[in-house]
Amino acid sequence: MRALFRRDLKLAFSSGGGMTAVIFFLAVIATVPFGVGPDLNLLSRIGPAILWIGALLSTLLTLDRLFQADREDGTLDLLIAGPVPMPLVVLIKCLALWTASCLPLVLASPLLGLFLALQPTALFAVMLTLFVGTPAIVFIGAVGAAVAVALPRGGLLVSVLVLPLTIPVLIFGVSATYGAVTDPAPFLPPFLILCALTLFFGALGPLAAAAALKASGD
Amino acid sequence: MTSSQVALDALIVGRAETAVAGPFEIAVKAGEALVVTGPNGAGKSTLLRTLAGLLRPVGGAIRLNGLIAADGEPAARLADVAHYVGHRHGMKPQITIADNLTFWARYLGGAPGLRPSAALAAVGLAGIDDVPFGYLSAGQQRRASLARLAVVRRTVWILDEPTAALDLASQERFAGMVADHLRTGGIAIAATHHPLGLDQAETLHIPARDAASEAAMTIDEADLATAEGWL
Repeated sequence: MRALFRRDLKLAFSSGGGMTAVIFFLAVIATVPFGVGPDLNLLSRIGPAILWIGALLSTLLTLDRLFQADREDGTLDLLIAGPVPMPLVVLIKCLALWTASCLPLVLASPLLGLFLALQPTALFAVMLTLFVGTPAIVFIGAVGAAVAVALPRGGLLVSVLVLPLTIPVLIFGVSATYGAVTDPAPFLPPFLILCALTLFFGALGPLAAAAALKASGD
Repeated sequence: MTSSQVALDALIVGRAETAVAGPFEIAVKAGEALVVTGPNGAGKSTLLRTLAGLLRPVGGAIRLNGLIAADGEPAARLADVAHYVGHRHGMKPQITIADNLTFWARYLGGAPGLRPSAALAAVGLAGIDDVPFGYLSAGQQRRASLARLAVVRRTVWILDEPTAALDLASQERFAGMVADHLRTGGIAIAATHHPLGLDQAETLHIPARDAASEAAMTIDEADLATAEGWL
């Protein structure tokens, strides 16, 4: 299992998978101030939401290849037939993908938050909520990627399937961030719901994705 | 060891609910090989993928006797004691051959076999362990993926066209590998158009499907519903 995690990580880094997401993230965030204009108050007010939307889209961008490469070269057959239960394999692949492509997003978010004139508290809050919330997006996305694994160009389908399901993550991620910054809004309740979402999808996503992968065996 | 065997008990293989071939009624004992022959599309690969646990049998069962899995318990699934070599190699083109083989040795676990370099030497690829898998020719890739059979010891080898893209010398070398495997009590089940050089192998011939036999093989929906008590 550790071998699978290490190998997936190595493959992701060798093909530059993490960089694609970060560069897309940078592109989205860097264009917003030009579109919105130089109103710093407005920017710092919508900044957390923009960062979250950017991170969500960047994560979706990397998801479609989660199982497709393995299927094309036959690795998936051996993983399904192998000794490790399939949900566990999916969980490990999700964790490797998260480490390779979402962790860089989380680390880059405070830097990109500076483009949006965020206060230090907000920078830290965005980083923390992204750290907690992005695994949920990956787990949900794994189900979409598993369903679309047999389709030649499933990338768009994955995004369409997954996007509605990720909306709760986005809502609670952003409201927890605002809770940390603006005073009357609470921070802890939305943040704990965000944690719960990640744990819930961490349990459900791998099971559902494993079932979809097994059913697609041909 | 001599008692271990794989038996197909009226096994019908197919995709989803549609039967493709069968029923098969045959047993392979330790030290024996089963060669599956038949024209294209007869269901050879479907049979082997069912044996490898990638497809659900449409009917019948695979029975295992005396096969011990890696954890020391009697094997519940054939996949626990079997290597499956399919049309696709299961190797990553970006990383080196040795890394690919080391990964499979760790992931599949169980009784360790040869070291990757020794396994590669056994398939005639000595000295290129550190070359990325993607740089190899089609025949070399096939040989490298056959080296997986040697890095982890497993009793049953399920081989789907193992000698495709191999030159004559490599085919003979691989026939030697299979013969060694059988001599140490292994079992080989192979679908192939080329003779593997296995003299005592049993042959399971899957005839071509014609319309009449296809109609006979598809499960009648009405019968199925009656059997399940819906009607």
